[in-house]
Amino acid sequence: MNTRQMRYGPLPVENVDVAVIGGGVVGAAVARALSAYELSVALVEARADVGDGTSKANTAILHTGFDAKPGTLESRLVRRGCELLAGYAAETGIPVERTGAVLVAWTEEELAALPGLAAKAAENGYERCEIVGSEEVYRQVPALAPGALGGLTVPDESIICPWTTTLAFATEALSRGARLLFNTRVEGVENAGGDGGTVLRTSRGTLRAGWVVNAAGLGSDVIDGLFGHRRFTVTPRRGELFVFDKLARPMVNRIVLPVPSSRGKGVLVSPTIYGNVMLGPTAEDRDDRTDTSTSEDGFAFLLEKGRKLMPALLEEEVTASYAGLRAATEHGDYQVFMDAGRRYLVLGGIRSTGLTSAMAVAEHALGLLGEAGLRLDAKATLPAPPRMPNIGEAFPRPYQRADLIAGDPAYGTAVCFCERVTEGEIRDALASPIPPADIDGLRRRTRALMGRCQGFFCGAEVEGRLRAGIARESGENGDTDQTGEAQ
Amino acid sequence: MSGTNGVTPDVTTETPDVAVVGAGPSGLTAARELAALGLDVLVLDRERQAGGIPRHSDHTGYGLRDLRRVMNGPAYARLLVDRAAEAGARVRTSAMVTGWAGERSLDVTTPEGRIRVDARAVVLATGARERPRTARLVPGDRPPGVMNTGQLQNLVHLHHREVGTRAVIVGAELVSWSAALTLREAGCRTVLMTTAHPHAESYAAFSVPGRAVLRVPVATRTRVVRIVGHHAVEAVEVEDLATGARRTVPCDTVIFTGDWIPDHELARAAGLDLDPGSKGPLVDNALRTSRPGVFAVGNLIHPVDTADIAALDGRHVARHVRDYLAGVLPQGAGIPLRAEAPFTWVSPGLVRPGAGTPPRERILLWSAESRPVARVTVTQDGRRIARRTLPWPVSPGRVFRVPSSMLSAADPRGGPITIALA
Repeated sequence: MNTRQMRYGPLPVENVDVAVIGGGVVGAAVARALSAYELSVALVEARADVGDGTSKANTAILHTGFDAKPGTLESRLVRRGCELLAGYAAETGIPVERTGAVLVAWTEEELAALPGLAAKAAENGYERCEIVGSEEVYRQVPALAPGALGGLTVPDESIICPWTTTLAFATEALSRGARLLFNTRVEGVENAGGDGGTVLRTSRGTLRAGWVVNAAGLGSDVIDGLFGHRRFTVTPRRGELFVFDKLARPMVNRIVLPVPSSRGKGVLVSPTIYGNVMLGPTAEDRDDRTDTSTSEDGFAFLLEKGRKLMPALLEEEVTASYAGLRAATEHGDYQVFMDAGRRYLVLGGIRSTGLTSAMAVAEHALGLLGEAGLRLDAKATLPAPPRMPNIGEAFPRPYQRADLIAGDPAYGTAVCFCERVTEGEIRDALASPIPPADIDGLRRRTRALMGRCQGFFCGAEVEGRLRAGIARESGENGDTDQTGEAQ
Repeated sequence: MSGTNGVTPDVTTETPDVAVVGAGPSGLTAARELAALGLDVLVLDRERQAGGIPRHSDHTGYGLRDLRRVMNGPAYARLLVDRAAEAGARVRTSAMVTGWAGERSLDVTTPEGRIRVDARAVVLATGARERPRTARLVPGDRPPGVMNTGQLQNLVHLHHREVGTRAVIVGAELVSWSAALTLREAGCRTVLMTTAHPHAESYAAFSVPGRAVLRVPVATRTRVVRIVGHHAVEAVEVEDLATGARRTVPCDTVIFTGDWIPDHELARAAGLDLDPGSKGPLVDNALRTSRPGVFAVGNLIHPVDTADIAALDGRHVARHVRDYLAGVLPQGAGIPLRAEAPFTWVSPGLVRPGAGTPPRERILLWSAESRPVARVTVTQDGRRIARRTLPWPVSPGRVFRVPSSMLSAADPRGGPITIALA
């Protein structure tokens, strides 16, 4: 399928064996897993890109699962997912840094809670936590405010690029033959599980699917309702975050976590894979599932927390602030139910741990679908997994690589100066199997415009290249109508 | 963190006498003067075209103090590039300095490959930028259509693209009026300028005729507290600072102007002493930083003054760089120069006895508040060494100048010198 068909015009397909609703990290992982079998698969996404909803705005931690509630599905899938994703990241080049984490106790109550947390980690199968004194805490995080009493270390907590992860899953699904259907909002469901397949009425026309997987995140309860179920309600929980300038990065070499206590949930300070420092998130239940605005109250809360945790951090400039909506439900665990009669599987209530657990959720989903009767015949051959562009700081980036520049001067031509994104990387993103649909999509693929100047120097240049790229794509497809929409 | 880690070893090395980082007015002028002294000068600029900010400031007024003639920004930028080249300086564009490889050694990425520049002296001329919305902590939705003056002028003057039809400008200082002119040229009406100050600030050239021609309403003592609009800007919420009352102003474009911060990444990466007020590298009257052989000029050290003043820093620094290379630049401790509120920074921040006067024999200061009458006092070790009422007012959004002769009675072995308003 060409890239225009992904996004515009009538659906390029009428019938599939499996439709996966939701192109977030979980849906993309499920589509990737399913497309390894002799099945026609469609990933159906309401927005114009993968990972454009909740998956793009989380804390970007690859969790060990040390603090999950033991015995839950979430605990099991996070642990398994962590293992799977660490391997997959190494294979495909998804940026990961094992920074480790330290939970910092500021009160006697929090200090007293540490042994329980260590025991819980062990119950979750994670044995490497260690309780440390305040001296060790300050040795690990010298910039921390005075007053820390002790801590619990979690040496295997890591940071990861959530954007590349989702994109890698979707890119591999595409290369294995899955259809990616963007701008395709599911508005109605008919004939669920009936002969001829479930009918999905979408904003781009009708799609029939033998089986349906609901990975719709914030909309998963609504889709569940279209299948006649009332099992859980998603209450969007807004989390606001600050991203500090890269000049703050030497201050924070590992993830600094709060100890859950009666004082309520604290915020974390974490390095990001792009070389910044993140502070947040807030936690606020909302009604509006689309409202990702930031707020004065949220900012005030973050500034107050930041001042208490690491006052020196607030001396640095805030490069970005954003808000994500977690798909929280009234239940304490993932909401995964197989409805074999309707040939329908829901993967709901998957909160911020979904980035870590996605591959395990997909593995679990395949098991449930197989048991329910979906025939899974492995394809004889599969294309090699994609090799993703490195947009993290743990490995050399193109601007640092004399070998790459020697072969192609575009990798030595900086376009976005703050983030050191080169012409070659922007060109590659525009020509990639799933090209960006807008400036935010280009940012998630290259880091262009996410730096401290926010476009002061390069905004016009980057935008110009995006427009030219989109126009070229439309032109190549011989569809001049599309140019208007793209521009 | 980004830096020299992972640099592959096959880099070419250049060994100029002086490396100048940044080809704006200050860097190009320094390069011209240094080359005219017979030195081998290499200017590095990350943009595809040299010239700096004036390239996309399409209004007149450039060149007044440095070239004694007036022209528009692009013409001025071209002239400075030509003059540097004529004098023998090499100006290399698309050359981004990514870090330090040594005390006066730079890692550079270019389309021709990675380069190491081992210079005998380095002049930092990396300029300044406006703080973006994010750094000003303005909450709300995050649609496109929110930008700084720099991006606006780039879009309109270099890329010839359209902006919206109704703009709100945050700030009411010189650069804000420049933004309003650019918007008008792009067919976008400025529906409101907001400023926290009690008066709109700008040069006379803009204030009276500017306001009359542009007919821009200015809301003083206000601030933008929220941006509204999912996919495009729909409105901003504006708060009256006196009453706390809020109103919604429909618009499709928001321009954040002023609120300058130096582009100081290289200065920070080198661990140079910084001026806590301006956040630029701390310099003395010879414009040297805390690292021997590394100098700083232009809006990196005074964010921001006009282009001609930045250029004259370049002229000033040249002989001090020459003296450094000849081993005759006076050493010795400097006397810290401080400024009391409402001043937020003073440049230079150090006075080194024997190193001559600062550029143009002026001390530059930035104020957070306006004062119609400027009664300036200079004190040292509890002793008042000068007092004068200067014939120009103190205004936020533009540099306030104090003659360096007001420091001439300072004790060269004394403590910090303080400049204040009586």
